[in-house]
Amino acid sequence: MSDVLPALGQVLLLVAALAVAVPFLGRYLAHLYTSPTHLRVESAAYRVLRLDPEADQHWRTYTVSLLGFSLVSILALFGLGRLQQHLPLSLGFSALPSDGAWNTAVSFVTNTNWQWYSGEVTVGHLMQMSGLSVQNFVSAAVGMAAAAAFARGLARSQRDGRVGNFWSDLVRGVLRVLLPGAVVSALLLVALGAIQNLSGTSPVRTLTGGNQQLTGGPVASQEAIKQLGTNGGGFYNVNSAHPFENPTALSNLLQVFLMLVIPFAMAWAFGLIVRDRRQGVAILSVMALLLGASIALMTWSEMAGPGLAPHAAGAAMEGKEVRFGEAGSALFGAVTTGTSTGAVNSMHDSLTAPGGGVAIFNMMLGEIAPGGTGSGLYGMLMLAIVTVFLCGLMVGRTPEYLGKKIGQREIVLVALYVLTTPVLVLCGAAVALTAGDGLAGLQESGPHGLSEALYAVTSASNNNGSAFGGLTSGTPFWNTLLGVLMLVGRFLPMIFVLALAGRFASQQQAPPSAGTLPTHRPLFVALLSGVALVVVGLTYVPVLALGPIVESLS
Amino acid sequence: MNASSLSEALPGALRKLDPRALLATPVLLVVEVGALATTVMAVLDPSSLSVLVTVWLWLTVLFGTLAEAVAEGRGKAQAASLRALQQESTARRLRTDGSEEAVPSTALRTGDRVVVEAGERIPGDGDVVEGVASVDESAVTGESAPVIRESGGDRSAVTGGTVVLSDRIVVRITSEPGQSFVDRMIALVEGSERQRTPNELALNVLLTALTVVFVVVCATLYPIADQAGAHQSLIVLTALLVCLIPTTIGALLSAIGIAGMDRLVRRNVLAMSGRAVEAAGDVDVLLLDKTGTITYGNRQASELLAITGVARDDLVEAALLSSLADETPEGRSIVALIGEGRPVPAGATLVEFSATTRMSGLDADDLRVRKGAASAAVQWVRDSGGEASAELDELVDRVSSSGGTPLVVAEQRGEGPARLLGVIHLKDVVKEGIRERFADLRAMGIRTVMVTGDNAVTARAIAAEAGVDDVLAEATPEDKLALIRREQEGGRMVAMCGDGTNDAPALAQADVGVAMNTGTTAAKEAGNMVDLDSDPTKLLDIVEIGKQLLITRGALTTFSVANDVAKYFAILPAMFVVAFPQLDVLNVMQLSSPESAIVSAVVFNALVIVALIPLALRGVSYSPSSATALLRRNLLLYGVGGLVAPFVGIKLLDLVISLIPGL
Repeated sequence: MSDVLPALGQVLLLVAALAVAVPFLGRYLAHLYTSPTHLRVESAAYRVLRLDPEADQHWRTYTVSLLGFSLVSILALFGLGRLQQHLPLSLGFSALPSDGAWNTAVSFVTNTNWQWYSGEVTVGHLMQMSGLSVQNFVSAAVGMAAAAAFARGLARSQRDGRVGNFWSDLVRGVLRVLLPGAVVSALLLVALGAIQNLSGTSPVRTLTGGNQQLTGGPVASQEAIKQLGTNGGGFYNVNSAHPFENPTALSNLLQVFLMLVIPFAMAWAFGLIVRDRRQGVAILSVMALLLGASIALMTWSEMAGPGLAPHAAGAAMEGKEVRFGEAGSALFGAVTTGTSTGAVNSMHDSLTAPGGGVAIFNMMLGEIAPGGTGSGLYGMLMLAIVTVFLCGLMVGRTPEYLGKKIGQREIVLVALYVLTTPVLVLCGAAVALTAGDGLAGLQESGPHGLSEALYAVTSASNNNGSAFGGLTSGTPFWNTLLGVLMLVGRFLPMIFVLALAGRFASQQQAPPSAGTLPTHRPLFVALLSGVALVVVGLTYVPVLALGPIVESLS
Repeated sequence: MNASSLSEALPGALRKLDPRALLATPVLLVVEVGALATTVMAVLDPSSLSVLVTVWLWLTVLFGTLAEAVAEGRGKAQAASLRALQQESTARRLRTDGSEEAVPSTALRTGDRVVVEAGERIPGDGDVVEGVASVDESAVTGESAPVIRESGGDRSAVTGGTVVLSDRIVVRITSEPGQSFVDRMIALVEGSERQRTPNELALNVLLTALTVVFVVVCATLYPIADQAGAHQSLIVLTALLVCLIPTTIGALLSAIGIAGMDRLVRRNVLAMSGRAVEAAGDVDVLLLDKTGTITYGNRQASELLAITGVARDDLVEAALLSSLADETPEGRSIVALIGEGRPVPAGATLVEFSATTRMSGLDADDLRVRKGAASAAVQWVRDSGGEASAELDELVDRVSSSGGTPLVVAEQRGEGPARLLGVIHLKDVVKEGIRERFADLRAMGIRTVMVTGDNAVTARAIAAEAGVDDVLAEATPEDKLALIRREQEGGRMVAMCGDGTNDAPALAQADVGVAMNTGTTAAKEAGNMVDLDSDPTKLLDIVEIGKQLLITRGALTTFSVANDVAKYFAILPAMFVVAFPQLDVLNVMQLSSPESAIVSAVVFNALVIVALIPLALRGVSYSPSSATALLRRNLLLYGVGGLVAPFVGIKLLDLVISLIPGL
């Protein structure tokens, strides 16, 4: 029983820290995305870039701005990757292959941070700092901007479809939230033992007398934004399992906290933006409920260690770091898949079968519990609208959410949103499992091989970025396929979200009455959780049955 | 619904199997395509499983089209009786010079004037422009008592096909052939020109999305299962697909809509569009006319108040005498209040009410009694040398401020001065049970506003008694229109009913405007519903029917989706258990064999459609309550019920089906 207390203790500590930070940060975010005033440095930036931060953009303009910005980012990253050997601070690494550069460019711009390569032997400092790290900031801010636009759309009723200004949302998200947050947390990580330097490789003599090359670098700073922006792209191949990235159990807990704080705070901010805090709390509760359940399930699974190998070894420690233990790894694993981070501190391929199933299921939920920065919020709100549509009919009214009617055009957008990722995941899995090039990447055959492929396409389509391991993904086939899944899985849903924001913004708001379905009560929280589980369950149960479920029952 | 209505609907249901007819119902179309595919496979490779699955897939589509055909069949009989009204007749059209010409009724155009005399059928919809007649409208309204139709005023509209019983009228035709009221009624009850409503379209989008998801799930499962070493036959995958897509609600969706319109028709309300029926469910504010909706049409005597010094019997006697011959509803109510009628004393002369004297009464040999407006009665007493009374003024004020109308009673014996006796309190009588209905409406989140021409004081008193939420007093038609606009700007939806021409703008502006059939053509054209019984209280029923329609859709959708959980537990173990024996733990129903499990799920899926047709036609039971209470109840019934029912049903079917050889 001595293991149980620390396991509970770390969760309690985490909950306490979030309970303090989330309302505070939520209030700050709500102010940020509704305030008309600019900081002096922001105004200067707008002048230099010749942007008009005052323009209240129509949703189409907003979307074009967002997509245009992301396209430029992809091209820039692709260029950095292809030209690496000609650029300074390359540490002597050569150019990325074109499929690899494509995959990496898409991966970081979509906030997925799928890494087909080992960072320490492929990517130089320049690309890390001016390419990948920059995208870690802006891709997170883009997600937050889309969510803020959606919240404003729901809050407005001006009949003109205007949802705010993308550029000021982007700049504020980076300058006022992510940058200061990253600086503080980087310092904390350094204090806890993470490294931060610009050195290349240094040779060391290991305890057993062997020689090893250790790559240094600006690790703590990238680590901070990697978690805070739910990015997940590690400096080192083994990601947060590496002692330079994540040295202690305490730094582990800090990283978990960083992954969760913005997604939860966005839900809080949402309530304030729509001028009904209870709505935000309800959404936040659903996120917490689903995340809590998956943490509990994964922790139980890893600690109880079902399966033959863990039984024989006495504990499910394969693929886990001793300094985190089962509970610390399970907590991290549940949170990194529940948020769209995808950082890992243990090898998910080696999780117990039910534990691996929880990780996949978390991503299949569509990254909503609590999901990525911003994307988690709008994903959850989309499901809330589905719930309202089903249940709203049962109270005898045309369904409405926050006073906005869900008519045919609205439900078309919601349906397209909900369709996108399952279609990507299932078609992606089918393609991967029929093409010879796809099968060639799998380490195992049978159910576990299926789990490996399923995990990869699920992770890419939902912009999580964590890898199951066991899959050799750095081939042209996998790089191309996963790149397509990441790109479509990120931006197509975002377009639907912004279009819906525009429709809501141009709709009048109906005042609530005793006849309208309340969306802030526990009953609705339970319903939304249920709908999320049922919708996702019905879609993925057959493939899960062939992969993780069969494995769990073995 | 019974066996005969099913068999009558069968030919129609078979005709609807045409894929082109199913385009509007993607769910059924997918089932039909699946059935075609399994037919080919069953022919190429016959087995008990493939034949049974094929047969039941075809039955699934058929049950779906049957539901719609049954719903449509219910309106057919009514349409037939309405068609009888349309038989061509000869109309007597007036030429401009006043002479008549005989033309077929189908040749009449808007603006033509026709003469109709006793015994003749009115050739088309129109307004009476000359004369007054009693008309038998029973064929349209079902009400056998004849109604009066007269030129001018709010009772001028006549309906083509109805019969004039007495007198002669001239009617100006207001509709073109084929677009008359009866034409529209026929189209409505037959559902032939049914346009799908906004909410139905939205739900259809969601059902289509679910169908697409499951098509992708089943299509990708083929290669994925192959790779995992659990090869699946196309028959099984098709069976899985049909079980997963929301066939139940997909099959019943249009039947629910047709039946909802039908429920309105059965209550003698004609909705000109399905949109209006749905809007009725969304209404936030009801504008209700005081007279006829909240109160009975007439004021009634409620008490007699004598002034000090007057024997109560004297007041009672005088009030009775003055009302014995008074045939107005107010007069009769005074006699009824006192309790005994008796003949008018011999030799007495009646004094009729007139606008100048504003009193009525009776003159006998040595006694004259009067009752009337306070100022008139007091003046009458003064004129004869009698005295005014401060106490009387007080009584009058008290009655007025309580919302009632005071009638002052006075008498004069012999040639002496007249004296004031007291006051009859006439009050608006609020309809029985209306207060409770308003309380229900409030629980449903609907605000009621009473509209009246009365002054604010009177209006407020009645409003308080009836329990309405708000009052629009001394209302003009413009006030009504302004109120509707104001509510709509606040995002609320408004329903009202009206009959007069000056109600037309407000009826047109309201989201739900119910015109009374007795009303003018202008009002009937402005509104989006017509109540053939001309009962304004029916607005409340209309709201409930609208809500019931939406709830039925929601409940069956929830039921349909919840069913899928159990179907997975039946089919998935059956599909994969050969390759992965450990998956047998998911076979919680302990179904006898994989084949039997799959057939049981398919059969359950088909039978549940038939089982739910009566519910779709009747609508789920609905009692007014708050959204939270409704949600809790329906969720328990149709959500939890939908989870549990198929477990039981599939298990029972499996017990029977497992007896079939080869399964």
